[in-house]
Amino acid sequence: MIKVKNLTKTYKTKDIETPVLRGIDLNVAPGEFLGIMGKSGAGKSTLMYQIGLLDHPTSGEIILNSKNTEQMSTEERTQMRLSELGYVFQDYALIPELTAVENVMIPLLMKGFSKSESCDISIKMLERIGLSHRVDNKPGQLSGGEQQRVSIARAMAHNPKILFADEPTANLDTISGYSIIQLFKELHDKGQTIVMVTHEEEYAKYCDRIIYLEDGKIVREVKQK
Amino acid sequence: MSEDKPKNLSRKWSQVISVGWFLAFRQIKGSNKSTTFLIIFIMMLTFLNLVVVSGILVGLIEGGRVANKKQYSGDVIVTTLAGENNIKRTNEIESTLIKMSGVQNISTRYISSGQVEANYKTRRDFSTPKDIAGTQVTGINIQDEEALSGISNYVDEGSFLNETESGYIVLGKNLLRRYSEDFGDVFASIEGTYPGDEVKVTVGKNTKTFIVKGIVSSKVNQVSLRAFVTKQDFLRLVDKADLNANEIAIRINPNSKITPDGTKANLINAGFANDGKIQTAVEATPEFLNQIRIAFALLGNVIGLIGIVVASITIFIVIFINAVTRRKYIGIMKGIGISEKAIEVSYIIQSIFYALIGGLIGLLITFVLLVPFFDAYPLNFPFSDGILVAPIGETMFKFGLLLLVTLLAGYIPARNIVKKNTLDSILGR
Ligand SMILES: Nc1ncnc2c1ncn2[C@@H]1O[C@H](COP(=O)(O)OP(=O)(O)OP(=O)(O)O)[C@@H](O)[C@H]1O
Ligand SMILES: [Mg+2]
Repeated sequence: MIKVKNLTKTYKTKDIETPVLRGIDLNVAPGEFLGIMGKSGAGKSTLMYQIGLLDHPTSGEIILNSKNTEQMSTEERTQMRLSELGYVFQDYALIPELTAVENVMIPLLMKGFSKSESCDISIKMLERIGLSHRVDNKPGQLSGGEQQRVSIARAMAHNPKILFADEPTANLDTISGYSIIQLFKELHDKGQTIVMVTHEEEYAKYCDRIIYLEDGKIVREVKQK
Repeated sequence: MSEDKPKNLSRKWSQVISVGWFLAFRQIKGSNKSTTFLIIFIMMLTFLNLVVVSGILVGLIEGGRVANKKQYSGDVIVTTLAGENNIKRTNEIESTLIKMSGVQNISTRYISSGQVEANYKTRRDFSTPKDIAGTQVTGINIQDEEALSGISNYVDEGSFLNETESGYIVLGKNLLRRYSEDFGDVFASIEGTYPGDEVKVTVGKNTKTFIVKGIVSSKVNQVSLRAFVTKQDFLRLVDKADLNANEIAIRINPNSKITPDGTKANLINAGFANDGKIQTAVEATPEFLNQIRIAFALLGNVIGLIGIVVASITIFIVIFINAVTRRKYIGIMKGIGISEKAIEVSYIIQSIFYALIGGLIGLLITFVLLVPFFDAYPLNFPFSDGILVAPIGETMFKFGLLLLVTLLAGYIPARNIVKKNTLDSILGR
């Protein structure tokens, strides 16, 4: 599903070069729930952005669903993010003037579903995630946990092949955070491939496999199942 | 496979538009109502500025031209050639015109320079100057003139001449001091003189007394500075060797396909080119009016274009600020796979929305309020009654221009923000 070969990323400003990823090799199997851990500044987010096609690596190869992503045009990458990838960000990243259901709808509209189709799918998704009573609320009227659920609904509504989540629980209290992880577990049980960055050993327990990053390299790998 | 491609492309565009539409209207709905109102108001003012300023400037002149054509020249006018005393073969021209297709009616006028003297009965002694105004004494066929210009409609005091009566005169209002004193000393004018008063009219060596029947009020000099009598009275007053006239005004049937130029050509082809000066109403318009019209139209358009520039800068700033403050969300949308085009379209639709609503309100105000208003209450100018000239075609062009300019003014800043690096936008770097 994901093949990463000798991936490096160096941030360059005028005269400073900051190497962040220094040669990452990684394979993720279909249906796998991968956890990425490491100290702050280790390069976890950076790695996720590269694999999630939100950024261009300095060198190396990323193959997603057997497509080499470096040869893709900007439009093809956008198209791939729309149809095959889903994202959950630490700060939920919802569009403030859209209601919960409208937030979930936009990627579906972009994929070509009609307005009513998108609306139906989105409401079903929100129901599945336990938010059926909040569909018409705007993000500002929802709690952090609820917003993160909307964000997951948005990431999942179009059945992505891979779900990326960068510290999805970092802004949440223990109970909300736990319920989000439960949600991930349910998705994973139904066969969803998930790549998640987390700081909490507690939540990492649910992953099939955890890789530990340090100084831009994978220093340890733990298989849990 | 290759057959699928255009289909795919159009499907893509329809998705881009539908997502852009969706985003645009959620944003307009979510935006501050008073700001939206203000932007629409600015767009409306811009449109009015574009249409009304030049429309009124042109209308000042156009009002004069319309009145000139209606009250004096008709669509085509034959006048005396320079160096001649009258229109040769007047009679033949008249009978040719009556038979000519498209000609609705004509009015033949006999004109001679003369003087009107008033208040001579109350003049104390011969040392006080006479109360005299110079004028063009004009003899008309009442029915013909009425059919051509409806001159009796302009009677301000008293009534118009009557075919069956003799010894009456109708004076243009600017011959009277009480009307013309605003113009300073431009015209010599006479004191008092109301319908029923007696005046002496002198042409050459002949003098006759007439009773003032009425006063006609007009901004067309050929009405307001003339003194009208019947053709019979004119011929009695003026020594004429023939029946050749000085003016033939021609009205074309408004439903006929014949143009003024066509009628003029018909007259020339009939061989009358050397008998009188044949001009269309446009050609007969005083040249200074044409020049002012061109200058005013230019001025109006310059003012309008400055307005358009200001409006486009307004839209530019509004969209720019909106896009900059929403850069993170633009980044997120790109991140989750919304195409750049769809986001740009959402901003274009927003700016078009402002221009469209503002422009439509402006159109409504122009055609429902302003044009009828100025038709009913024209601007009072010395040489014309100013109306608002807003031809549909030209107005729609300006409407389209406003939309186009706004489209660009919305697109450019949106494009600038949207094309920024996705991740940088999401992370706010
Ligand atoms: N645009 C940039 N220019 C220069 N250096 C950067 C840039 N972005 C990130 N870095 C650096 O790269 C390193 C890795 O950042 P990254 O965000 O991947 O860490 P992380 O592991 O996700 O940390 P955290 O747990 O705090 O989220 C950090 O030292 C950071 O300062
Ligand atoms: Mg991070």
